[in-house]
Amino acid sequence: MAISHDPWVWAAALLTLAIYSFLYKDNPFYKFAEHLYIGVSVGYFLYFIIWQQIVVPLIYDPLKVLFISPFHTKELLIIPPLILSIMMLGRISPRHAWMSRWPMAYVMGMGAGLAIPAYFQTNIFKQIEGTIISIPPATIEIVSTYYLNKLLVLIIVTCVLLFFYFSREHKGALGRITILGRWFLMLGFGAAFGYTVMARVSLLIGRLDFLLHTWLGIH
Amino acid sequence: MLIAILLLVVSQAGGQDTLAPFAPPTNIIAKDAPWDAGNKVIITWRPSIDKDSLAYYEIWRATPPFTKYERIGIIGSTDSLYEDHAILEDTVVIHEVTPGKQYRYKLRGVTPDGRFTILSEPSNIAIPRIQAFNIYRLNVLIAFILFTALFLYSIERSKRGFKFFIRRIPGLDALDEAVGRATEMGKPVLYSSGLNPIDSISTIASMCILGEVARKIARYESRLIVPNIDPIVMTVAQEVVKEAYLSEGKPHLYREDDVFFLAAQQFPYAAGISGIMVRERPATNLFIGYFYAESLILAEAGNMSGAIQVAATDAIMQLPFFVAACDYTIIGEELYAASAYLSGRPDLVATIKTEDWFKMILLILTYLGSIIVLLTKSNLFLTIFKVTGGS
Repeated sequence: MAISHDPWVWAAALLTLAIYSFLYKDNPFYKFAEHLYIGVSVGYFLYFIIWQQIVVPLIYDPLKVLFISPFHTKELLIIPPLILSIMMLGRISPRHAWMSRWPMAYVMGMGAGLAIPAYFQTNIFKQIEGTIISIPPATIEIVSTYYLNKLLVLIIVTCVLLFFYFSREHKGALGRITILGRWFLMLGFGAAFGYTVMARVSLLIGRLDFLLHTWLGIH
Repeated sequence: MLIAILLLVVSQAGGQDTLAPFAPPTNIIAKDAPWDAGNKVIITWRPSIDKDSLAYYEIWRATPPFTKYERIGIIGSTDSLYEDHAILEDTVVIHEVTPGKQYRYKLRGVTPDGRFTILSEPSNIAIPRIQAFNIYRLNVLIAFILFTALFLYSIERSKRGFKFFIRRIPGLDALDEAVGRATEMGKPVLYSSGLNPIDSISTIASMCILGEVARKIARYESRLIVPNIDPIVMTVAQEVVKEAYLSEGKPHLYREDDVFFLAAQQFPYAAGISGIMVRERPATNLFIGYFYAESLILAEAGNMSGAIQVAATDAIMQLPFFVAACDYTIIGEELYAASAYLSGRPDLVATIKTEDWFKMILLILTYLGSIIVLLTKSNLFLTIFKVTGGS
């Protein structure tokens, strides 16, 4: 057993224990770790994301180019988003807060607009293409299993899709199908739960390995 | 003479490679890929007559003045088509095709033991052009037009006074109960809109629900806490909550400090919310939006604090955790229907009706497609759902 002499390992280990202490109850150690974590996260965000990835390459550098050559086409493109960004800062003053609604409306509208064709492609067309019972490719060896799988997918999709049908009360035949749909959903959730819990357990093992092996030197 | 030719050939091929006595591919043709954003060139060729002795071809590209060629890729020796397009490595463009720029290509064969043929004759000059319309996504346009037409029709009907029926959604009904409980206990309601930015559909849906929840809270004169991970989402949330308090005639109860930026990253955000849950002791936690691995941390911390919890997300992998740790879970599509359901506004309810019609059309198409495919014994019908090709 050889306890680590690296101060950073000690810092990481003690912060890990401080975060885990929340499992018992809220306490000053957890509060310290939480506030440190949030502070570091905000500091990182401000410097590495806002400053290094946005302000310098997307605002400062193009403005510098424009200052030297005012009609540089590519750099001129930053002007509309820059105006929208400045309007966003209007929130600082209550008198000019209304200005921030324009960039917000733009971002939300653009987000929804861009998402619609993408949703059609990935969430609708790709799914339907995969659900339709198709002729198996030549590489498939057991054709009957292929068709059975396809039929199962079609039935499950039908039941689940009808579960999300809102225009009619789920009674009678529709009610029975939607109950089946709910069961299929729960089966899927169960599988996803198990799969993710396994991944989380491996994270826990990693952390325990760090505490026992790297920090305390227990092999 | 022979030595001179060999030297010339070797220098053309890079000067350091061993020459193979095989013919390179011929008839190299380069053309702009149709219906794209001008970022792809298609190169075709007639394979080498010695293709059986070759392992693969190397593709070389030059830009004006076409004196220096550089290797851009490799492809199997039996292939006769290569697509030259942008290549990204960790979001950094390491190879690009620029619209309007001239490109020429040459090929050479490589043997399994690493020897090279001479470079082929150059291709014609190809200039990639931007096309405004992508024919490969015509199906998306048709579906979009159909959906919009149905949408406008149902809104028009609702404007004429037609009442669309919407079934009960238990998770959404629970919102009333959850807000009421917080009011009775004199404790705040905590609302998290998830991790996605404002241009995500789930966050937009979450903001619509936040408006309805804030209205109820304002009506009951309770307190609403909204920690955010994204500054833009925070700004929108502030506007939404302020507007809700204003519409209920209680602007004086709105506290801007309660809709705040908490942390910029996933786990600090989760740690911060867990802290709020144990210190502020909200009676109700609402997790409505798109969540990732922090979902179970949030839901478990809330569960431990004894709050009533309602979650709504379309993040399929996180739904099981919410189902396990929350009192009510609004699943996937129900999240999108929520704002219309809660507001009860006929024009919004009409949008849910449109979605239902569209679902039925898709279901019919799926069954019809399966029947056609099985009867014709061909997958041709599936091509109407294909969205590949072009970019």
